[in-house]
Amino acid sequence: MSEKNAVQANILLGLGLALMIAALYLVFIYVPTEESMGDVQRIFYFHVAMAWVAFLAFFVVFVCSILYLWKRVIKWDIIARSSAELGIVFTTLVLITGPIWAKAVWGAWWTWDARLTATLVLWLTYVAYLLVRSYATEEFRGARFAAVLGIVGFIDVPIVFLAVNLWRTQHPTRLVFEGGLTSPMLLTLLVSVAAFTFLYILLVIQSISLRNMETVVRQLKDAQANPGKEQLWTI
Amino acid sequence: MDNLSYLFAAYTIVWAVIFGYMFFIHQKHRRLEREIDLLKEDMHQRQTD
Repeated sequence: MSEKNAVQANILLGLGLALMIAALYLVFIYVPTEESMGDVQRIFYFHVAMAWVAFLAFFVVFVCSILYLWKRVIKWDIIARSSAELGIVFTTLVLITGPIWAKAVWGAWWTWDARLTATLVLWLTYVAYLLVRSYATEEFRGARFAAVLGIVGFIDVPIVFLAVNLWRTQHPTRLVFEGGLTSPMLLTLLVSVAAFTFLYILLVIQSISLRNMETVVRQLKDAQANPGKEQLWTI
Repeated sequence: MDNLSYLFAAYTIVWAVIFGYMFFIHQKHRRLEREIDLLKEDMHQRQTD
């Protein structure tokens, strides 16, 4: 990493850390306890923020997959793969924190509600994306198949988002867009979203750097086996 | 479980997964760095032989 990149990474890390501390302060100290649900409602702020970051991550996969199929430049595949991995991490957390909240409020960990089911389908789709990408025997073929899955899989994102309006569901409606939040709640949610967005950016940069290193290892091994042959895939 | 226990469980899991993922990335980074150094050293050795 160059000195300039290291400084930029440290600035991002500092900003991310400050935002995360601010988000935790707002969630646990600043925002008043919601009357009907009590303290468990505080799960909402991180739950929604992580869902937003997962959508963002899958949108990045969608855009980079189109760019990969169009330009056939491996850097788009590397970014898409890194973003998909993080999308899965955050969707996993959404699928864990949601049922914890549901158990306290609904009395059940899980219902086959439209939004919950669509979110599970989204998670399974991108797990399939990573499996296709990881187990492909031929690098470029795997990248091509995964890119198609990355584009098709994104169809589920608007379905998850709109599920509460399209079907009658048990999941709370889109409170943010329907004015269901008080000002302190909205502020807490927005800071949490910003903090998780920063965390996503930081982690995706790290993940891309890892994939570049993996590529360098492959190239060096290839160069050892076939002296004279040269390939440069890193971004 | 009461309300606070659910809240505690949710936030504990969130941070455990995030830190776990960061640790995984860090470990992988170190392993790859070592592997690159070894491969470069090996290539350099071959060129000088």
